[in-house]
Amino acid sequence: MKPFDYRRAESPSDATDAGARIIAGGTNLLDLMKLEIERPDTLIDINRLDLKAIEETEEGGLRIGALVTNSDCAADPRIRRDYGVLARAILAGASGQLRNKATTGGNLCQRTRCGYFYDTAMPCNKRDPGSGCQAKDGFNRIHAVLGASEACIATYPGDMAVAMTALDATVEIESKGGETRIVPVADFHRLPGDTPERDNVLDPGDLITAVTLPPPPGGVHLYRKVRDRASYAFALVSVAAVVTIADGRFERVALAFGGLAHKPWRDPRVEELLTGEEPGPALFDEAAEMLLADAEGHGHNDFKIPLAWRTLRAVLTEASERGDTA
Amino acid sequence: MTNSLTMDTPAERRRLDEMHQGLVGEPLDRPDGPLKVSGRATYAHEWNLEDTAYGVLVRATIAKGKAAIANRAEIEAMDGVLTVLTDNRFLRNPAQGTAGEAPVQSGLDVEYFGQPVALVVAETFEQARHAAQAVIFDGEAEADVPFDPEAVDPEEQEDETVDQGDLDAAMREAAHSIDAVYRTAGHAAAAMEPHCSIASWDGDELTLRGSYQMLKYNVAELADALGIDEDKVRILSPFVGGGFGSKLGISPEAVSAAIAAKALGRPVVVNMARQQVFDAILRRSETRQHVRLAADEDGRLTGIGHEALVSNAPGEEFAEPVTQSTHFLYAGESRKLGLSIARIHRTPAGSVRAPGEAVGMPVLECAMDELAEAAAIDPVELRKRNIPERHPEEDIPFSSRKYVEALDEGARRFGWDKRNRHPGGLVEGEWLIGHGMAGASRVNMLNAAEARVTLSADGHATVETDMTDIGTGTYAILSQVAGEMLGLPIDKVETKLGDSSFPKGPGSGGSWGASSSGSAVFLACEEIRKAICERLDCEESDLTLKDGTATAGNRSLPLADLLGGDDLVGEGKIEPGKTGEECAQATYGAYFCEVAVNRYTGETRVRRMTGVFGAGRILNRKTATSQCLGGITWGIGMALTEELVHDPRDGHIVNRDLAEYHVPVNLDVPQIDIVLLDERDDAASPIQAKGIGELGLCGAAGAVANAIYNATGIRVRNFPITLDKLIGELPGS
Amino acid sequence: METRLSINGDTHMLDADPRTTLLDALRNHLGLTGSKKGCDHGQCGACTVLIDGRRINSCLTLACMHDGQEITTIEGLGEPGNLSPLQAAFVRHDGYQCGYCTPGQICSATAMLKEAEQGWPSYVSDDLDGAPALDGEEISERMSGNLCRCGAYSNIVDAITQVVGERA
Repeated sequence: MKPFDYRRAESPSDATDAGARIIAGGTNLLDLMKLEIERPDTLIDINRLDLKAIEETEEGGLRIGALVTNSDCAADPRIRRDYGVLARAILAGASGQLRNKATTGGNLCQRTRCGYFYDTAMPCNKRDPGSGCQAKDGFNRIHAVLGASEACIATYPGDMAVAMTALDATVEIESKGGETRIVPVADFHRLPGDTPERDNVLDPGDLITAVTLPPPPGGVHLYRKVRDRASYAFALVSVAAVVTIADGRFERVALAFGGLAHKPWRDPRVEELLTGEEPGPALFDEAAEMLLADAEGHGHNDFKIPLAWRTLRAVLTEASERGDTA
Repeated sequence: MTNSLTMDTPAERRRLDEMHQGLVGEPLDRPDGPLKVSGRATYAHEWNLEDTAYGVLVRATIAKGKAAIANRAEIEAMDGVLTVLTDNRFLRNPAQGTAGEAPVQSGLDVEYFGQPVALVVAETFEQARHAAQAVIFDGEAEADVPFDPEAVDPEEQEDETVDQGDLDAAMREAAHSIDAVYRTAGHAAAAMEPHCSIASWDGDELTLRGSYQMLKYNVAELADALGIDEDKVRILSPFVGGGFGSKLGISPEAVSAAIAAKALGRPVVVNMARQQVFDAILRRSETRQHVRLAADEDGRLTGIGHEALVSNAPGEEFAEPVTQSTHFLYAGESRKLGLSIARIHRTPAGSVRAPGEAVGMPVLECAMDELAEAAAIDPVELRKRNIPERHPEEDIPFSSRKYVEALDEGARRFGWDKRNRHPGGLVEGEWLIGHGMAGASRVNMLNAAEARVTLSADGHATVETDMTDIGTGTYAILSQVAGEMLGLPIDKVETKLGDSSFPKGPGSGGSWGASSSGSAVFLACEEIRKAICERLDCEESDLTLKDGTATAGNRSLPLADLLGGDDLVGEGKIEPGKTGEECAQATYGAYFCEVAVNRYTGETRVRRMTGVFGAGRILNRKTATSQCLGGITWGIGMALTEELVHDPRDGHIVNRDLAEYHVPVNLDVPQIDIVLLDERDDAASPIQAKGIGELGLCGAAGAVANAIYNATGIRVRNFPITLDKLIGELPGS
Repeated sequence: METRLSINGDTHMLDADPRTTLLDALRNHLGLTGSKKGCDHGQCGACTVLIDGRRINSCLTLACMHDGQEITTIEGLGEPGNLSPLQAAFVRHDGYQCGYCTPGQICSATAMLKEAEQGWPSYVSDDLDGAPALDGEEISERMSGNLCRCGAYSNIVDAITQVVGERA
C-alpha cells in the first residue's frame, strides 16, 4: 500500500476533490490498495457525512443515502416489504461482515474480480491501459459473454446494482462544483470498449450521495444467484426479476443480469417480448434466445451462455408460478 | 531410563484396557480449548518480541530464468527499509515432509512463477509491504518452458509399478469391465494461518517461532539450509493454525527470516501473504488416472488397473502416491498399477492431506460405482464381494480391518435400502436427488517417537514432546493416555508440545501422530508405573492406579504420599518394526451421501452425509470425530469446488486467493453424521490405535460424485464437478 | 497519526502509519493477537471484530477510521475461566480444530445472534418479513463468511444451536 494523506470530509464539498480517492466502507478499495492496484495519494474518509438515511421520496419511492450500509439497506422494513429483489440481492452478496461495512455508494463502485486485473505482474488494460488483456487467451471462466471488447472481457461482480437496475433506480451524484446530476443505475456502469479503465460514469471529484428507488413496483421479486459455492462467492450468473402477472399473462417484466457483462445487463427487447404474453417454456426459450443472441464465450466461460439461458428459464418459471397465486 | 519398544510383535496384551481411570476414548473437551476460543493461544506471529523488524518476501514474475533486482538502491532508500536481501541459501520451495535436509536452495535462479527470491525488511509491516511491491526485476526469462503435465514425456516411478498377471487378457475376458480416464485438479492446503516465522538470534543460537508440523525434521532442515549445527536451532510451534501437509517441511519464510535477523541483529518476522502461500507453498498435484476394472458375471474382480500421471518441479522427489490403497483394497488376480511424474514449472507439489488416497480413492470408488451399475449389483455388495483375504500383491495377512462393518453400518444408518435406484428418478421441485456411496481406505503408518512424562511429587503429571497439535487434538489425547496409565483425573495432567528442545516426536503428518506419540507416552508411563511398583514392592500386574491413588493387594496410598517429595520421570520411545512389514495395516471406512442437483443450473448441494470409520482404538471420540468431519468437508470441496488454476502461458496460479480458490463454506456442508467403530489393532501400536487424521478424506469425493451420477445420470470424470461440467447434459439442454 | 481507540472498554492511543489496518493495529501495535490474519482481504473472516456491536472484517478497514467507536475483540468477550456462552459452547462441541479461525467465528456468531434477534433476514430466509428462526441452514448461511479449513462446520453449527436454544 502506497503512503497517502488521510483526511475526513465534514461536508460533501470536502469530498469532491479530483485528486483524491473517497473511502467509505473500504471493503474493496483497501483490498485493492493493499495490492497497489489502487494507489491514491489522498484518501478522503466520508464516513462522517450525513448520508446514512433511507427516506421516503415525494413520489412514493425511497432515497437511500450513499453511506447506508448493505446490511441496513437489506434490513430496512420498507426495502424488505416493497423491494424484495433488492434485499435478496444484497443478502446474496459477500458475507455478513462485509455487508456491515460495504455502503450503497461504494458497492456501486466495486471493481471486477478478473484474476489478471488482480495480479499486478500481469498486463491488464483495466489496471494499466494499453498493456493488453491476458484474460482473453488465459483463464476466463468468470468473464463476460455480453458487451465485452477486444480490450477487456471483465465482468462487474456485484449483486446490489443488478437488482437496482431491474428496479429502475437512479444514482445521485454531486460534482466538484456542487451541482448534482441523476444517472439511472442502468447507465451508471459502462461497457469496456477502448477504455476499460473506466468502470462507470463517475468523473474525478464526483461523489455519489444517494440511490433513489421509484415507487414500489409490486409483483413478484426474485433474485437468483448461481455460483460455485452455496454462499460467499461471486455470481457466475445472476438474475434479478420483478414480474407482475395478471389474467394469466405477464403484465410487467423487469429483468437484469449479473455476471454476464461489464455492467448489470438489461435488455428492454426481452422484457417487451414477454410483456402481455402467457408464460410458458417456449416463450421463456424465445426470451433467452433474444437475450443471448450476441453472446460470445471465450473458452472457459462458454458455459455461461447455456447457464444464463437456463437460469432465466428457472426464474421465469418460478415467477409465473408465484405470480399466478399472488 | 527410557522404555523403548520396536513394534516387532503385535501388542496382544491390550494394556490400556486394563487401566481404571476411564479416560482413553472419552469425548473430553480439548484442554487447549479455552485458550483458543478466547484468542489467547499463541500462533507463530503472536510473540511480540521487542524491536522486531518486518520482512516481506518478493516473488519472481518469470517462470524460469535468472532474476535480478533492477532497482535495489531505490528500494533501500524507501522509508523505513532496513535491507533488501537476496541470498543463495533462500529456498526455492518448502522441504518435503520428513526430508530432514534443506530443499533446493536456488537464490535468484527461478524455476516457477511466484518463487520467493528476495526479502525486503523494514521497521514496519506497512513500509516493508510497500517496498516489496516496488521491487522491479529485470531477469531473463527462458522460452519453451513446459507447464502442461500432459504435454511432456513423464518419468515412470518404477518402485510404484506393479504388473501382475495379464490385465489386458482379463479385460478381454471380463463379463463386465470399466476402462475410464479420470482427472483430479490440483489442490491447495490453504491452512487458515499463513506460513509465518519470527527469527531471533542469541549469539550463534537461533530461535525460530514458526508454524510447523514436524519439529525434529524442521530443525534439521533449517540448520542445513543455514549451514549451522542442529544444536544451535530451536523451533517453537505450540499452536499451529492448520497444516494439512503444507507445514511439514521448513519453508522459504523461515530461512529468509533467519538470514535477515542475523544480518540486522534483531528479530525479524516474515509472514507470508495469502497470495504468496498459494504461489510458493507445495500444492497437491493434479492427476490423470487411467482405471481399468475387469469382473466376472458376479462382479468379482479378475483384474485392476490404476495408472496415474502426476506432476512436480524438477528435482523434487515427491510424487503423489495415487494408487497407494489400490494395491490392497480389492482382490483381482491381474494387476497393473503405475505412477508417472511430469516435470513442469508450476509451483512445486508435495503432501497435502492424505497424499495419494485423497485423489486416488475417489477415482477408484467412482470406477467401482461404474462397475456396480454395469454388473447391476448393489455398490455396497460389490465392494464386499471383492475384499481380499490376503494382500493381493504381497501375499501377507491384513491386520485388523473393519471395512465390511463400516459398509454395513453406514448403509444401515443412512437408509441405503431406500436410495434412489435410477438416475433422474427422484425429483423434488427444481432438484434432482441422488444417493451415492464410496469406500474409505488409508495406509497406516507408525513413526519413531519419544516422549517424557514427569509425575511430580504433588501428584501432577506433565507430558513433554516436540510433537505438535495442528488441530488434531494432540494436547487432549496425550493427556488422556498419561492420565489413564497413571490413574490421574484429566485436570492433573498437562501436555506440553511444540518445543524442539523436548523429546523428539514423530511430527503431525501421515496420520501417524496420535498412535506414535500416544505410544511413546504410554511407554514412558509404563516406566513410571514400574518405579511405583518398586516403591510398593508389588508386581506390575497387581498395581491399580486410579484418581491419584495407588492400590496393590490390600494396600492403598495416595500418589503424593508414595512419592515422598520425589518426582518420577519416565521416557518412552517407540519405533516401527516387523509388524509394519509382516501384515498390511490400513484404516477403513465408508461414506454415504445424498445430493441435490438443480436441474436448471447444475448447482450441487450435499444434503446428507454419513461416514463410518475404523481406525483402531479411538483415543478421544470427540476429537477423532472432528478429524473425520474435517476429512469429509475436504472431500466435499474436492468433489465440488476446489481447483488450482494455472495460466497456460507461464504456469502461474490464477486463483491465488481465498475468494477464487473455493474451499467449502459453512453452507456447503451439511450436518455430517460420523460413526467410529470399536476396534483394536494389535499390530499397529502398543495402544492398538491407528491414524485417523486423513481417513475421512480418502474416498469422500467419490461418494459425492456417485450421488451426482445417481441424481442426474451424468458421469463426470473430471474433479471438481462444477456446474459447467453438468449443464450441457442436464434435462432440457 | 494519532488515533484514540476504545477496545474492550479500554482506551488506547495509537500512533501509527495511516496505512495501518485495524487488524494490524490490534495485532502488531496493541498486543491483541486474538484477531487473526488469514487472508488480509476479507475472504476468510478470521479477523472478525465487533464495531459498536456489529461484525466486520478488521483487515479491510483502517485503524484511523475508528476513532471514538466501541471496538470489541475476542479478548473482550471472555477469558479462560470466564468464557462467554458461545465460547463455552465451541469448547463443548469441538467447534474448532486448529483454532485459528475460531476467534473470528465466535465474534461473528456473537453479532449474528443479535442480527437475528433484530429480525434481519438472510439469503436463505423464505420470508423477508418474518422473524427468522435460526435453524441449521440459517446459521450456516449467516456464518458462511467465516472459513474453517479444518472443517469444523458441523460442530460450529451445533455450538451456535446450543446457544440459540439457551436463549429461547
